Amino acid sequence: MIDILRDLGLPISISSNGPVIDETIALMHWLMLFLFIGWGTFFIVSLVKFRKSKSPQADYIGVKSHISTVFEVAVALIEIVLLIGFSFPIWASRVNDVPTSNEGIIHVRVVAQQYVWNIHYPGPDGIFGSTQSELVDEVSNPVGLDRSSFGASDDFITINQLHIPVNKKVRIDLSTKDVIHSFKLPELRVGQDAIPGMSIPLHFEATMTSNQFLKKMVGTPREGKGLEISCAQLCGLGHYRMRGYLTVDTEEEYNDWLSLQAEYLLEDNEEDEWGDEEDW
Amino acid sequence: MNAHSHREESFFRKYIWSTDHKIIGLQYGLTALLFLSVGFFLMMVMRWQLAYPETPIPFVGSFFGEDGILLPEIYNSLGAMHGTIMIFLGVVPLAVGAFGNYLVPLQIGAPDMAFPKLNAASYWSYFIGGVIMMGSFFSEEGAARSGWTSYPPLADIEVGQTIWLIGMVFLITSSLLGSMNIITTIVQLRAPGLTWRRLPFFVWTQLVTSFLLVLAFPPLEAAAVLQLMDRVAGTSFFLPSGLVISGEALAVSGGGSPLLWQHLFWFLAHPEVYVLILPAMGIVSEVIANNTRKPLWGYNSLVFSVIFLGFMSFVVWAHHMFLTGMGTAMSSFFQITTMIISIPSVIILSALFISLWGASIRFNTPMLFALAFLPMFGIGGLTGLPLGIAASDIYLHDTYYVIGHFHYVVAPGTIFALFAGIYYWYPKITGRRMNERLGQLHFWPSLLFMNGVFMPMFIQGLAGVSRRLWDGGLEYAHAAGVLQWNEFMSISAWLLGISQIPFIINIFFSLKRGEKVDRNPWEATTLEWVAPSPPLPHINFETLPEVHREAYEYSVPGRNRDFTPQTEPKKG
Repeated sequence: MIDILRDLGLPISISSNGPVIDETIALMHWLMLFLFIGWGTFFIVSLVKFRKSKSPQADYIGVKSHISTVFEVAVALIEIVLLIGFSFPIWASRVNDVPTSNEGIIHVRVVAQQYVWNIHYPGPDGIFGSTQSELVDEVSNPVGLDRSSFGASDDFITINQLHIPVNKKVRIDLSTKDVIHSFKLPELRVGQDAIPGMSIPLHFEATMTSNQFLKKMVGTPREGKGLEISCAQLCGLGHYRMRGYLTVDTEEEYNDWLSLQAEYLLEDNEEDEWGDEEDW
Repeated sequence: MNAHSHREESFFRKYIWSTDHKIIGLQYGLTALLFLSVGFFLMMVMRWQLAYPETPIPFVGSFFGEDGILLPEIYNSLGAMHGTIMIFLGVVPLAVGAFGNYLVPLQIGAPDMAFPKLNAASYWSYFIGGVIMMGSFFSEEGAARSGWTSYPPLADIEVGQTIWLIGMVFLITSSLLGSMNIITTIVQLRAPGLTWRRLPFFVWTQLVTSFLLVLAFPPLEAAAVLQLMDRVAGTSFFLPSGLVISGEALAVSGGGSPLLWQHLFWFLAHPEVYVLILPAMGIVSEVIANNTRKPLWGYNSLVFSVIFLGFMSFVVWAHHMFLTGMGTAMSSFFQITTMIISIPSVIILSALFISLWGASIRFNTPMLFALAFLPMFGIGGLTGLPLGIAASDIYLHDTYYVIGHFHYVVAPGTIFALFAGIYYWYPKITGRRMNERLGQLHFWPSLLFMNGVFMPMFIQGLAGVSRRLWDGGLEYAHAAGVLQWNEFMSISAWLLGISQIPFIINIFFSLKRGEKVDRNPWEATTLEWVAPSPPLPHINFETLPEVHREAYEYSVPGRNRDFTPQTEPKKG
């Protein structure tokens, strides 16, 4: 079933939580197929067998047995299995097993706003500086980071660029500055609404780098197109283009990227100082 | 006959300001059909943009912006209004306002609704709500553009929403008046001998539907007023503190919750799904019983299932909100209730399928639509399962899979049932049968193109394509492999539009040229077929009927006719 769904369009999953979700989707479709074929066969046989020309006189009673009750009980039992065996534990691990920063994980904040994903990295110290809505400046400080706060000096913010290392637990604290958005990484089977006024944690672990993924996509319509963050909740007229980029790096690539960001930060600070002097 | 029926009425009094449930039913029906075509038209325009992004729309482009290209904000408006019009101005008024109004008093052998003036008030409130909604297209701000779900904060800050909310208040008021009336009528005005167990299943579905409307709409009406206050009076029921919109801090006191709206909204909008589907099940059951020439299989379990569905529909609403940050306990609760509610739906559908066994099936147009309802609603219902299971919903939520799912329930589901109802009861309303050949010409292409529109949505949904995208996913890499379906679906949608032409011709053509029939052309058993066609103004029946038997006494053994009307006394 999972192969059929993949042929139809389900992308391959490249995260540690993907396989169980895919398995649930596949099982659901088995159940649907089983019910639909059951009903459909009965339906077509009935239509042919009991058309007026073949069956001029209807039977007042019709079906006497209550075999359909067995069928309904079976459906109920399958649903119970799906709930207890799959959905409850998957959900519990999704919302309860949120790792904390001191477990050696990658921890980033994602702050959505109309048509942009702001990605806030804590920098080498692993500590997020505090943010305030009063400090927000769309150009120079999109998340309202207070640079003077504890741990803020090495924080850096990227726009629409989420980098994570492969095979490492990632925790994202998701929030939004304005309206509801929905953070979706289709290939990682990750989805979570960003709700104004709330910071919601989500976690996952990528099992394939972007380069490996791109190699797998050669010869498909997706060839050359990497991983993306998509917005799944209507957020205004630019909803359709609220797309971010996800890059799954090797450990090495990721560290290189981090040091590059640190350099940029340094340059930015120097530029700011120059700017200040000009004003002076 | 009493003097009442002979009273001469002016044209205005008779057709416009009428208190006769049949005229009001027809007013509802014609207005709702008009709105259905408007809602469908909006979608046909949107489908152009999805199939051929950023190219000028042919014929009607100039209405939608310069160069005839649909702008994203107008696309969002059309989307929000398509949903609003289809649900609140089209399907519900047709299923409850038109069919409920016209048929409930007839099927229970009553001369009219319990409160005829309230009934007229209900229609006119609906009419005003409709005028306000349509008027919003021509207002300075344009129509609402935050989706039919109107989630704040977007709906609190986006233009066009104020008029939408005012329109909703009128539409909700209309539904409340109408449903109180239907409940009272069914409880109070049943003909002598019409016990609950003899009630046609259609009347049961209308009763449960009306209870849903009465109990579920008030929270949305309250929520609509709260959102209106947020917009016009500076309150912040749905706005938390610290919002920054386009770089500007939003000047409100804050402290509100956007999720509060979602709870209030879905507390209505989930039962609303059953408001859309239950009357359809009722219509289909009537048509199937009549055209299989045998009683409905499992009448008792049908009735219990529909009542149980009604109750359960109030405790599943948060399955629309799994991804809003829900904990394990709450998500488990709503998954359990969602799986529980799937069981009575399975029972109802199974009972209708089993009703076919041992039948003598007549394949006329109403029956074709009723039969097609079964597998189509089956697909719609089944595809709801992976969305109701939270684990699979993580991936499928807010994708085209959802759009495919609920459209299968409502379009080839409910709307097919409504077509079946129109073909089936047209002779009662006009005294003439609709043309069978045109009916077939309406049915077969409709069935084909409905599937052409909605089946590929599951494929796009599985690929992860989000709903409500102006460019149909062009922007996204993960949509690359399924984009080609956009054109296919659009062409199907336009052909589906063309397939409705035989239906429109048929309605008008048969009015004058249709085959003349007597009062019971389908040889049916229920009470509406005892009245003349059309039933007498204001009193319906020459003499009020008395009921002696159950609703579907077809092919009773030992009788020379294969139907026994409910009014026929039992001998001995």
